[in-house]
Amino acid sequence: MHPESLERSLGEHPFVAGMRDVDVAFLAGCTKNVRFSPGDYLFHEGGAADTLFVLRDGKVALESHAPGRGTVVLETLGATDVIGWSTLFEPYRWDVDGRAIESTLAFAVDGRCLRGKLDADAPFGYALTKRLLLQVHRRLEQARLRELDVYRGKS
Amino acid sequence: MTALPVDPMRPEPMRVLRVTRETADTVTLELDARARGGFPFEPGQFNMLYAFGAGESAISIAGDVDRVKSLVHTVRAVGAVTEPLTRVKNGDFIGVRGPFGRGWPVAEARGKDLLLVAGGIGLAPLRSAIYEIVARRDDFGRVVLLYGARSPADVLFARELERWRHRSRIESLVTVDHASRSWTGNVGVVTSLIPRLAIDPERTLALICGPELMLRFAASALRATGVGEERIFASLERSMKCAVGLCGRCQLGPSFVCKDGPVFSYDRVRRLLEIREV
Repeated sequence: MHPESLERSLGEHPFVAGMRDVDVAFLAGCTKNVRFSPGDYLFHEGGAADTLFVLRDGKVALESHAPGRGTVVLETLGATDVIGWSTLFEPYRWDVDGRAIESTLAFAVDGRCLRGKLDADAPFGYALTKRLLLQVHRRLEQARLRELDVYRGKS
Repeated sequence: MTALPVDPMRPEPMRVLRVTRETADTVTLELDARARGGFPFEPGQFNMLYAFGAGESAISIAGDVDRVKSLVHTVRAVGAVTEPLTRVKNGDFIGVRGPFGRGWPVAEARGKDLLLVAGGIGLAPLRSAIYEIVARRDDFGRVVLLYGARSPADVLFARELERWRHRSRIESLVTVDHASRSWTGNVGVVTSLIPRLAIDPERTLALICGPELMLRFAASALRATGVGEERIFASLERSMKCAVGLCGRCQLGPSFVCKDGPVFSYDRVRRLLEIREV
């Protein structure tokens, strides 16, 4: 994709929309388009977390393997979701597997490049961190609701 | 609203025509309403079902308003009354009082987009509204159904979900809380699907049904997408006894869920649902 059209389509993604043009351009400099077929792994547990995936289309399962239980799907994520907070925190390792279960299109933001820009530009860092925090907030709420197991027993 | 029965306190025996097992703990009962000339109701209304010798329980009507000769309820075995109700057989009789309450604002939704959010057995009270939407599909804009269940084995009406998706232009997304790798659908709570939809909040009416905790999370997620609380309609569940607003068992602040609900606009009840003592 031409750099200008990548910047435009990145700027239209709900995760990025509303950022200053200069920030979108900044982020686009670290980003490339990636596509995964069903069954492809985006990353493996224990591997180096070097990419933040901003999902555009498709579906990705976060999986973990438990002895005696086999592979458990922890959650599935789709368009508008972001995967890869591990790329922002040491030791920069994936905690789970990420596998495409549908044809999936994403923006892949290079982790090292992103960390450098977050450190170098505080307003950009704040804008991006706030957006990531909203993702974390939603996912935490969802985890709480799941923990409540509301469909069990009387409902 | 459908008129109350002549004597709303007297259960009427009705014969079970068909029992369909939906999941390990849930059945759909089709009752014969031909002898009484049909059983008119509105989507979202409920009946008091009487398991003889065990007692009564409020169960939403899960059938089609256009098929009044039979009366359909989907019942999950969760207590002293619903457990025997899920064990009835073809030809058995159960007692019925109803229909009661105010249902879904389906007529009000004409010309608008509809977002239906159901969790667990909460799909059953929405099913009668879905039948109405399917029958008059061109009267509505975009229709999306989000349905969450505990596991793939707990998904209700799986064939109908497919049919609605393919034949009736209802975008149906199913998610489960827990799954193994053999499940290729969504995994996560039903509210996780809401931010992924590109809905037009000004055009959208949301109908939500499920456990109360799920309703609160769903309403919160809908508000975050810009859907106003006055455009969110929730079917509430409270323990009911008389079903006609006399006994007070189902009181929710100034309202009786049996008479003023079970469907309420969310702006009317949000504060009440946040107060533990209510």
